[in-house]
Amino acid sequence: MSAGYDVAIVGGGHNGLVCAAYLAKAGRKVVVLETAKETGGAAKTEVFSPGFKVSSGAHLLYQLHPKVLADLALEKHGLKLAADDLATVALARDGAHVTLKGPSVEGVSPDDARAYANLHERLLRFAAALRPMLSQVPPRLGEGMGLADKIALAKLGWSIRRLGRVEMREFLRIVLMNVADLAEERFESDLLKGALSFDAVLGTHLGPRSPSTVLTLLYRLAGEVSGGQGRIALPAGGMGSVTAALRQAAEAAGAEVRTGSPVAQILVEQDRAVGVGLDGGEVVTARTVVSNADPKTTFLCLLGARHLDAGFVRRVHKLRSRGDVAKLHLALDGRPEIPGLSEAQIRGRLVIAPSIMEVEEAFNAAKYGEASAAPAMELVIPSLGDPSLAPEGKHVLSAVAIYAPYALKAGWDRTRESFKQRLIDRIALYAPKIEQQIVAAELLTPIDLEKRFGMTGGHWHHGELAVDQLLMNRPVPGAHQYAAPLPGLYLCGAGAHPGGGVMGAAGMNAARQVIAREKR
Amino acid sequence: MKRYDAIVVGAGHNGLTAACYLAKAGLDVVVVERNDFVGGAAVSRELYEGWTYSNCSYVCSLLRPEIVRDLDLPRHGLQVIPYEGGLTFMQNGDYFANYDDHDAHYREIYRHSPRDAEAYEHYAAELMRQCRFIKPLLMRPPPDPTSFRPRDINELLYLGKAFHGLGELEMYDTLRFWTMSIAEFLDEYFESDVVKAHLCGSGIIGTALGPYSPGSAYVLLHHYMGEVDGNIGAWGFARGGMGSITKAMASALQAEGGEIRTGSGVERILVRNGKARGVVLENGDEIHGKTVVSNMDVKRTFLKAVEAKELPGEFLTAVRNFKIRGSSGKLNIALDGLPDFPQVPKDCPALRGDTHFSDSMERMERAYDDWKRGTWSKDPYLDTLIPTRIDPTMAPPGKHYMTVFVQYAPPHLADGEVWDGPNRDAFGETVLNQIAQYSPNFRDLILHAEVRTPWDLENEVGLTEGNIFQGELTFDQLLFNRPVPGYADYRSPIKGLYLCGSSAHPGGGVMGAPGANAAREMLRDLDAPQTVREPVQ
Repeated sequence: MSAGYDVAIVGGGHNGLVCAAYLAKAGRKVVVLETAKETGGAAKTEVFSPGFKVSSGAHLLYQLHPKVLADLALEKHGLKLAADDLATVALARDGAHVTLKGPSVEGVSPDDARAYANLHERLLRFAAALRPMLSQVPPRLGEGMGLADKIALAKLGWSIRRLGRVEMREFLRIVLMNVADLAEERFESDLLKGALSFDAVLGTHLGPRSPSTVLTLLYRLAGEVSGGQGRIALPAGGMGSVTAALRQAAEAAGAEVRTGSPVAQILVEQDRAVGVGLDGGEVVTARTVVSNADPKTTFLCLLGARHLDAGFVRRVHKLRSRGDVAKLHLALDGRPEIPGLSEAQIRGRLVIAPSIMEVEEAFNAAKYGEASAAPAMELVIPSLGDPSLAPEGKHVLSAVAIYAPYALKAGWDRTRESFKQRLIDRIALYAPKIEQQIVAAELLTPIDLEKRFGMTGGHWHHGELAVDQLLMNRPVPGAHQYAAPLPGLYLCGAGAHPGGGVMGAAGMNAARQVIAREKR
Repeated sequence: MKRYDAIVVGAGHNGLTAACYLAKAGLDVVVVERNDFVGGAAVSRELYEGWTYSNCSYVCSLLRPEIVRDLDLPRHGLQVIPYEGGLTFMQNGDYFANYDDHDAHYREIYRHSPRDAEAYEHYAAELMRQCRFIKPLLMRPPPDPTSFRPRDINELLYLGKAFHGLGELEMYDTLRFWTMSIAEFLDEYFESDVVKAHLCGSGIIGTALGPYSPGSAYVLLHHYMGEVDGNIGAWGFARGGMGSITKAMASALQAEGGEIRTGSGVERILVRNGKARGVVLENGDEIHGKTVVSNMDVKRTFLKAVEAKELPGEFLTAVRNFKIRGSSGKLNIALDGLPDFPQVPKDCPALRGDTHFSDSMERMERAYDDWKRGTWSKDPYLDTLIPTRIDPTMAPPGKHYMTVFVQYAPPHLADGEVWDGPNRDAFGETVLNQIAQYSPNFRDLILHAEVRTPWDLENEVGLTEGNIFQGELTFDQLLFNRPVPGYADYRSPIKGLYLCGSSAHPGGGVMGAPGANAAREMLRDLDAPQTVREPVQ
C-alpha cells in the first residue's frame, strides 16, 4: 500500500503531465502513473533504427496552448523549437510545387493568391472566435445549467457576435460546410485545393466532401504556437522534448512521476474513486483519480461498466474512435532530394494531396475498411534542421498517411508490407531516389498506435473529432465537464473537450475542474 | 394597363399555395407559368395513352395539413391515400418488409434481428421527438441570429425555448442528430444490414450526400416530418397522381378569383429604382404588378430573371455559391400487368408501398461514390412504387404504372460525356436491370418507359440541375442560411420581390410551407388582411 495522494493521474501523456503540473502547482499531492518506460504517451521521441530518432506519434506542433506554455514555464524547463513557422508545400509531380505560408501562397495564379490571402485571414478570424472555447469547460444545458455554464455559453455567443453582422453570417454559413465547397467557391489550383482539403480531413474519418470539414479545418487553425495563430512548429529533439519539459515542470511543482507502472484498474469504494490498482497488485490510494487514458479504456476497462449507469455505458460504447492515420518513419543514408524544392521549402511540411478528388478517393476506400490505393500524406524531414535526430550526413523522414483504417477488412498483418511499400512508392513519385537511400523503414498502423500508446482504435484524438462528438457530446454527455458520473473520477485526455493534438488544453481544463470541485 | 397586386412566377405547388393565400386576402393575383399546364414538379401527365404518370414527384406526405385545411383542398378534389408499408429485396433471396401494423412490423424486424426489434421502439421514439421539435419551425420564418429586430429576437427565443423544452440529455442528442450521418445514427440502434438499409433511404433521397455523410440524419427527418391524416411519418398517394394536389390548388385559387396564365414563360422580372414592377414574358408581353413572388429556385430567379446590375455583388456571390445539385433521375413505366416478385409472398401488403433493392448502406454509399466521380450509379438506390396497386385511376384496368426514383445521377457527366443519347439509354438499362433481377416477367410487361435525367427535370420544370429540393438540405443551407444568410425571410434586396419556392425555408418536398410563409410576409408588407396563420409564440 502506497501512501495516499490527493490525485492519482492515470497515464503520463502530455495532457496527464499538464494536469499534474497544474494540480501540483495548486498544492495537491500528485502522482502520475505511466505504463511505458518513459512519459509522453503519443508525444514522444523514439529510436526506430540505431542512431535514428523520430517523433513516433505526433510530429508537428500546431497548437500548444499559450497559457500552458506560460503557466508551466516550459521554455525554462527546456522546450526549444527547431523551427517555428514551417511552410506547407503542396507537392506537384511536375515540380511546380505550391507553397503556403501564413496568408501567402506561391505557385498559383494571382487570383488564387488573392483569394487565399482573403480566406486565410477570414478563417483565422473565425478560428480566433472559437479559440476561447478551447480553454473553457463545455457548458451544461437545461435543468442542470449553472451560472458558469451560462457564462460559458454567453462568452461563445459573444465571441461569434463580435465578428460583426457580415462576418457572423459567413461564419454561420460555412462552419458546418464541407471543405471541398469552400475551396471550389474560391480557387482554381488543384494543388491548393488538395492541400486545404488535406488539412481539413487529417486525423478524422471524413473526406473533403463530408459536411463539417470546414470546422475541422478551423479547429486546426484555432491553436497558436510560437506566438502565431495557424503556425506549424518543430520542437528541437522531437516531440519527446515537449513532454520532457512538461515532466520537468510537473516534477518541479512537486508531482511524482512513476513510469513502468501500468494501472490495471480504478478502485471504487462506496461509489467513489479511491485510487488505482497497478498491474503487480500494488494499490495507490488517492482522493481523486484523473485519467489521461481514452474514454473507452477509462470507463470500460479500468473502471468497469458495473460502476456506471447503463445509458452512459451505451454512449461510451457508441463513441466512434477508430483511427485512420498511419505513420511511416524512414531512416535515410543521405539527404533526400525532391526536384524543384528550395532549401527553405524542403525543411517545411510537404503535402501529397494532388487534388480534392484524390483525397476523396483515398477516403472512399476507408469507408469500406480498405486502405487507400493512393494515400494522401504529410512529410517532414526534421533532421534537416535538427541534427540530433540522425547520424551526421544521414536523415530521418517522418510521414503521416491517410487513410489507413483501423478495422481493415483484409487485416493489417496481411497488408502491412504492401501498404508500407505503397507509401514509399508514393513518396518516390516526388523524390525519385529515395528508395535507394532507405536504411530502415517503420510503419505504424492504427493497430500499432493502439498497442504502443494505449489509445483505443489508434485514434490520435482518442475519439473521432466530428461535430456530433464535440463540446457537450465530447466524449459523451455526463462526462463532458471532465468529471465522470462517478465521484472522484475525472478525464483529462484528448477524448475530452477540446480533443487531441499536442495542445494541453484538456489537461489544463481538467485540472481546473479538479481544483474547483475537489476540496482538499 | 392592369396592375396586379401580386404576380406569381411559376405555378408549382408553392407558387399556387402563395397565390391562394394572397387571393384569399382579397388581392388581385395572377400566376404565370411557362408550361402549358400547372403543377411544376407536382404533375400528372399522360405521356403514354391511357396512363397517368406522376412523372416528377410521386408520393405525398410533407404537404402541411394547415394548408390543406386553409385552402380546403379536399373540396377541390384532393384525396391522399396512405400506403401500407415498404419492402427491401435482399441479394440472398430474402426480403425485409415494413408494415403499418405495429406487431407485424415487430415480428418482421425480429425475423432479421431480435435485438433490432427491441431497438426499433427506441429509434422510433427518438425520431418522433425530433419530428415534434421541428414541426412548429416549418410554418414560421427562421430568425436571423445577427439581427436585433424584435421579431427576430422573439423567434430566436421561441427556438431557444423549444430546444430547452426537450430536456438536458435530449438537447445534447438533438445537437448530435442534426449533425451526424444517417449511417452513424442507425448504427447506434441496429445491427442488421437490411434493416439499416431500408431505413436509410430517406436520408439520401434527393440530396448529393451519401448515407455516411454528416448531416444526412437531418435529411431523413426532412422525409419523416410529414403526415397523412395525422399519421406522422406516413406517406401516401394523391389519387390521380401528384397533379391532383396542384389541380386542387389551382381550383382553390380560381375560386378565390385568382388568375392563372399557362404557356407564359417569364423572360425577366422588371425592376425599376430597386423595386419590382412586374414581369416580361417570353413573347414580349409585360405584366405589371405591385409585387412579384418567384416560385423559381434562387439561382434561376436572381441569376437569370433579374439583371445583375439590380443586385448587390455580395448577394450575387452568395446566390452563385448556393448549392443546387442534381443527384437523382427517374423512370416512369407503363406495365401490361403486375410484375411478379417471387421472393415475396404474392399478397404481401408491403408491396403496395415503396420497394427497394439496396440491402446494405454500403451499397448506397458506393452508389454515391459514383456520383462524386461524375457518373450515374452502377448499382443505384431505387425508390420504386406501383401506385396503381392502390389507385386504379392511373392506368387502364388490369394495367399498371410504376414510378422509379433513381439515386444517384449527376447533372454533369465526367469526361465530357453528355446525357442525351447512349448515356440516357444506358442509365435506363441499369435501372431496369436491377428490377429485372428480382422480377422475371418485368421486362416483358414494359409497354413504355420514360427515362428522366437531371437535365430533363431542369429543362421541363426549370429546377436548376434537376435538384428536387431547389437546393441541398445541408446545414449551411438550412434555416437562417436558406437561401442566403440575411434573406431567409422570403424577401430579397429588391423591394417587392419575394421567393416562395423550395430554395427558401424550410426547403423542398411537396410541402407548401415556403409558399405559405412567403405569402404571410407579403401580406405583412402590403398591410393586407392576414390569411396565413401567425405562428404561435
